[in-house]
Amino acid sequence: MIRLLSQGEGGITVELGTEVEPVVNARVHALARAVARDLGARVLEVVPSYASLLVVFDPLRTARAPLARRLEALARQVAGAAPEPPRRVVRVPVCYGGELGPDLEEVARRAGLPPGEVVALHAAPVYRIYLLGFTPGFPYLGGLDPRLACPRLDSPRLRTPAGSVAIAGLQAGIYPVESPGGWRVLGRTPLRLFDPAPGAARPFLLAAGEGLRFVPVGREAYEETARAVAAGGFEPEVER
Amino acid sequence: MIAVVKPGLLCTVQDAGRPGWRASGMPVAGAMDRLALAAANLLAGNEPGAAAVELTLAGGTWRFEAPALAALAGADLSATLDGSPLPPWSSFLAPAGSTLAFGACRAGVRAYLAVRGGVAVPPVLGSRSTYTRAAVGGLEGRALRAGDRLPVGRPTGRPPPPQALGPEERPPCGGGARLRVLLGPQEDRFTEEGIATFLGTAWKVTPQNDRMGYRLEGPAVRLRGAADILTDPILPGAVQVTGSGLPIAMMVDCHTAGGYAKIATIAGPDLRLLAQARAGDEVRFAACRQAEAVAALRAERAWIDGLARRVARAAGGKAGSRRAR
Repeated sequence: MIRLLSQGEGGITVELGTEVEPVVNARVHALARAVARDLGARVLEVVPSYASLLVVFDPLRTARAPLARRLEALARQVAGAAPEPPRRVVRVPVCYGGELGPDLEEVARRAGLPPGEVVALHAAPVYRIYLLGFTPGFPYLGGLDPRLACPRLDSPRLRTPAGSVAIAGLQAGIYPVESPGGWRVLGRTPLRLFDPAPGAARPFLLAAGEGLRFVPVGREAYEETARAVAAGGFEPEVER
Repeated sequence: MIAVVKPGLLCTVQDAGRPGWRASGMPVAGAMDRLALAAANLLAGNEPGAAAVELTLAGGTWRFEAPALAALAGADLSATLDGSPLPPWSSFLAPAGSTLAFGACRAGVRAYLAVRGGVAVPPVLGSRSTYTRAAVGGLEGRALRAGDRLPVGRPTGRPPPPQALGPEERPPCGGGARLRVLLGPQEDRFTEEGIATFLGTAWKVTPQNDRMGYRLEGPAVRLRGAADILTDPILPGAVQVTGSGLPIAMMVDCHTAGGYAKIATIAGPDLRLLAQARAGDEVRFAACRQAEAVAALRAERAWIDGLARRVARAAGGKAGSRRAR
């Protein structure tokens, strides 16, 4: 069911569903592309989330009613089409456990699995990046194996280091910047998800709508990649 | 350069914000009072969206290392230049070595200190605004502290003479306010009674207020079901209602997505009125329609364009064609 919701004089939220579902989220990203293609400069920004797309516009230049009619037509087209798979899958190396993944043992205990099996299950799927939020560049990932589902930490950590690869409930994610956090940390990636340096070629490593796969690496490979990332110009592996 | 002798409570570099990156989870940030930012900049001979310093309640002490045309707008923080009082919403010539000091906050919360040429910290993702939670923009992504020195950009065009807005010309700043809202996006999650409570209450601003959000206190706003919704995108001005039934108005540093039902969205031009309210002040919400909110936006732009023309005339140049972003 498609609903158009008002968000202030310069925002329209197009709601394509009310559940976390891969198909609905794929449609949200298809709609984001369709809006960018079809409406160009008449919209300022499109912001995807799980099941809805926020369209930001300047109401002094773009009238709401015709924009809303066009958005509804585009949403109907997208809803009728088969959802596309992610166009690229970014491979994210992760060093699991130990000081870089302080919650791996506890997650294994709760799941009743050996830690190695937790790593294998976490690194198996191609995740969908449903949206980026919470902190700049934080990917909310769909596709976690339900056997790994576990509640958040009882008391959140004041500092979760940048690069922490974590889970909470059925959600998986990566902390792009050091921040407080209640998710359980399984490991750490040496990749930089958010690079705010002035003039950085690509400030955000990931984009919503893409796919992501975790690749377990040892401490040595982790350190080596971390050095390459620090030196600049590091390109992650991508499956197409 | 401008040196920070004594920092105020929360002094950060802010400009018109960092739109365009919400899809990557980057909040827009920028000045909490965009009209006061524009006024300070125009009075200082800058574009309305240039980078300035946002001062909060206590303004601290500053030293101009080089002569500068500077301006203040927004809250009245009892400013003095080398001991002589400066009126709020005015520009002034600061000689090299002069000291700008602030005292008691007499009205409002946030004041803007603009300097001709703008604060020239490096832009990040197209903006100089500070977003402290991710250490982005401004000076090292943080609030200013003693010993910091702010670079000033190279000015262009003819400098306007120092001038001041008369008391009757100044936009309202501080105290209670009536905030126009458009209902939605999730007004259907609230009972009729809940919406009547929301629109009929004088809400008290709580001490839990910052650049991210303002928690308000009053009677519980009745929801039809749970307050939680599937996380969806939010814009500054959105008024979330938590499970307790109390509203939180989202401000410029708010996250790009949230999971509470949003009963209404404050009209863009009125968000500054909340940004200038402090704990204990009372605010009311008044429902308006799209046409009224757009008219308010047009009036805000007209006020900024009018000030730009006046400053340009005073500078002896042609009437300005500067426009708000």
